[in-house]
Amino acid sequence: MYIGRVSGTVVATIKNELFEGRKLLIVDRLNLHGQPTAKYDIAVDVVQAGVGDLVLVLDEGNSARQIMGREPDGAIRAVIVGIVDEVDFEGSPFNVRGSSATVEHRTSNRAHRQP
Amino acid sequence: MQLARVIGTLVATQKAQGLEGVKFLIVQPLDKHRQPSGEPVVAADGTAQAGPGELVFIIASREAALVLPQHFVPVDHAIAGIVDQVDVR
Repeated sequence: MYIGRVSGTVVATIKNELFEGRKLLIVDRLNLHGQPTAKYDIAVDVVQAGVGDLVLVLDEGNSARQIMGREPDGAIRAVIVGIVDEVDFEGSPFNVRGSSATVEHRTSNRAHRQP
Repeated sequence: MQLARVIGTLVATQKAQGLEGVKFLIVQPLDKHRQPSGEPVVAADGTAQAGPGELVFIIASREAALVLPQHFVPVDHAIAGIVDQVDVR
């Protein structure tokens, strides 16, 4: 699993039946400094995440199928399994008690999630 | 899963059992801004409807085979859908 930031959405009409009715989001993989790396995934969202959210992404097929209730088959690998509130370690940029930048992230997270 | 652009087709008459009727396309993986990223790969078309020039999303590794009619086939990249729209900020 890794920590990512949702940066976009993908819409597809013609797709594998597994993805019918599922939301696909582009998630940038972050390093431990909170900065985006060159890697990204198109992930299936099961936690109502949105653009700008800090999320926990699972990138492993067996667990993904388990979550989607699709064992043993199901062409899925990346799933957004959580919306991150806080990550606590020495010098964590994700820590709300840390830098002001982090506070901004949380504020934007919350603003986004209001109906 | 990543974005990719279909840049060509591949035809093989002799192929592994289970791959009969499966179409192969050459795809160029893209970054999220739809710029080429990495080397092109051969992907099996799980939608059976993709063609050159189209923006698709591909799935890699073991899960690729699972978009195909038969699941125990030697495939490591497959097209899982044809993309209509991408919004990235």
